[in-house]
Amino acid sequence: MARPTDMFVWPARLLHWLMAAMILAMLFIGVGMVASVSERHDWLVRVHKPLGIAILLLAVLRLAVRLRHPPPPLPADLPLLQRWAAFASHWLLYALMLALPLVGWAMLSAGGYPVMLSHSLRLPAILPANGVAFAVLRHLHAWLAVLLFVTFLAHLGAALYHGLVRRDGVLGSMVGWRPRR
Amino acid sequence: MGSNWSGSLHRMMRRAGGWWRYGVIAGVPLAVAAAWAYTAGWLAPGRLTAPRIIDQIQVNSGSVYPGYRRAHAKGVCVIGHFVGSGALQPYSTAQVFMQGDIPVVGRFAIAGGNPYAPDGSVPVRSMALRLTQPNGQQWRTGMNSMPVNAVATPQAFFEQLQAQQPDPATGKPDPARLAAFFAAHPETAPFRAWAKMARPSASFATNSYWSLNAFELVDAQGAKHAVRWRMVPESAAEDAKGQGDNYLAADLVQRLAAGPLRWHLRVTFAEPGDPTADATKAWPADRREIDAGMLELTGTTPQDSGACRDINYDPLVLPDGIQASDDPLLPARSAAYAASYLRRTSEEAHLPGTAAGKKETR
Ligand code: HEM
Ligand code: HEM
Repeated sequence: MARPTDMFVWPARLLHWLMAAMILAMLFIGVGMVASVSERHDWLVRVHKPLGIAILLLAVLRLAVRLRHPPPPLPADLPLLQRWAAFASHWLLYALMLALPLVGWAMLSAGGYPVMLSHSLRLPAILPANGVAFAVLRHLHAWLAVLLFVTFLAHLGAALYHGLVRRDGVLGSMVGWRPRR
Repeated sequence: MGSNWSGSLHRMMRRAGGWWRYGVIAGVPLAVAAAWAYTAGWLAPGRLTAPRIIDQIQVNSGSVYPGYRRAHAKGVCVIGHFVGSGALQPYSTAQVFMQGDIPVVGRFAIAGGNPYAPDGSVPVRSMALRLTQPNGQQWRTGMNSMPVNAVATPQAFFEQLQAQQPDPATGKPDPARLAAFFAAHPETAPFRAWAKMARPSASFATNSYWSLNAFELVDAQGAKHAVRWRMVPESAAEDAKGQGDNYLAADLVQRLAAGPLRWHLRVTFAEPGDPTADATKAWPADRREIDAGMLELTGTTPQDSGACRDINYDPLVLPDGIQASDDPLLPARSAAYAASYLRRTSEEAHLPGTAAGKKETR
């Protein structure tokens, strides 16, 4: 019988799957909107900004949950390299889910745009208007998004590897299945 | 025999089953990556995107002028303020329309992608404005000095650019190609009739400037009112012809030295059936108009150092109380202006891979 500590706590699991859907959606919305000139462009941009700020808020909450409730330990027989890869990629994912929305907010501030999350809700600028800073941040936003996407793909592949090949309960600890022993 | 056969099949399936798992581990991320690439347009090079529009504009301009706007490249910055009349308040909750004083950073320009083009080379002049409300929301609008646009859709706009591409042999657009475009696009007729009569003005101050695209005002009850607008000058029309190539900026300096320049924002309301999604068609002349307030410009600075340089006059930067209509040009303008803005600010930043280098001289 698995002990409760073999799984992530339920708030962590809920945040994980909710944010997975939101972040993946954001990655598609982002590249889709810059490749469109139709009315889709306008409405995707209007979804992109509030959804991105929601991710920022949830990421802060999630980090707090993570620090209070450490995740279940990795299987003892996991090779050192894989352990290290898991550790590094998880912290990279946390860093990116905080950095991307912050860079998005900062770049619109630097571009001198009002940061509108709806027709009436405006966030304050977090940087003074500066065209050069805008350009750097706008490119950074795109490159960090590519890095997030690649890291996510590796994460997805690793999760499938745990679930299909190693069958070591790591996937189950996030899905909510009790590992078979 | 039979049991032997089924036994080896079972073993094969077991082994194949093992490989199948690796297939999933590689295949699922690959499929997601392919879907992402498709969404980004990498697998669909024929799709009309903002970078493609800007690339075509650059080809038509004959060169990339680092740091300059890709369209309406030649212009000057202006500052001033907008004094709302309050008359539009029943139709829109936007603070710009209340009685009061709204700071403005604007820009006059001539159409075209060459920042060194002679002022008389095109009849189209433009006025772009950024109005900043007390609540921090902004209204940005870019208006042109003609009452109708040549085309109604981004696709037609792109085809027009292609038809206007200079022939390397003559340096001019191929007349046959242009004629074929106009024949295929009868909606360009009102614009062409205007262009035939239009003379390049000797002053930015004497032009009217039209929004062309329709927008929606939203009132306190949430009801929407389709409108277009234009800026009507107080300065009297003139028959004068500009002398030289750069008379517009000089004229503006001279006039502003003598006092502020004023326009009235006249907002036209659509009647049911008036097209909001077709900027090639003017609305009937008898439509109700409201004077929403007065624009007063007080100063001008060169665009290379002025406050308008790093502003993207994206027509979809709108305050609460003004919204986009269903005009398909609006999202295309928003996307194209963003692409132009990213290129010119990247050049300002001298980022690798940009056409940066020489700093503008004027
Ligand atoms: C997890 C959060 C976010 C993700 C994954 C994300 C992802 C992306 C991606 C993939 C692009 C396309 C980049 C390109 O190909 O050039 C993009 C563009 C953009 N993002 Fe984000 N973004 C996020 C948050 C934000 C936030 C919070 C804002 C603003 C408040 C924002 C504003 C923008 C804007 C304005 C653009 C470009 C629009 C244009 O140039 O036309 N993003 N984003
Ligand atoms: C699909 C159609 C159009 C495209 C693709 C397009 C493209 C552009 C681009 C790329 C710029 C440079 C923006 C920047 O770097 O800040 C520009 C400037 C401008 N456009 Fe358009 N345009 C279109 C239609 C229109 C229409 C219909 C109007 C008039 C209502 C208009 C008015 C202006 C004005 C006034 C500017 C100058 C803005 C400034 O001074 O910063 N454009 N256009």
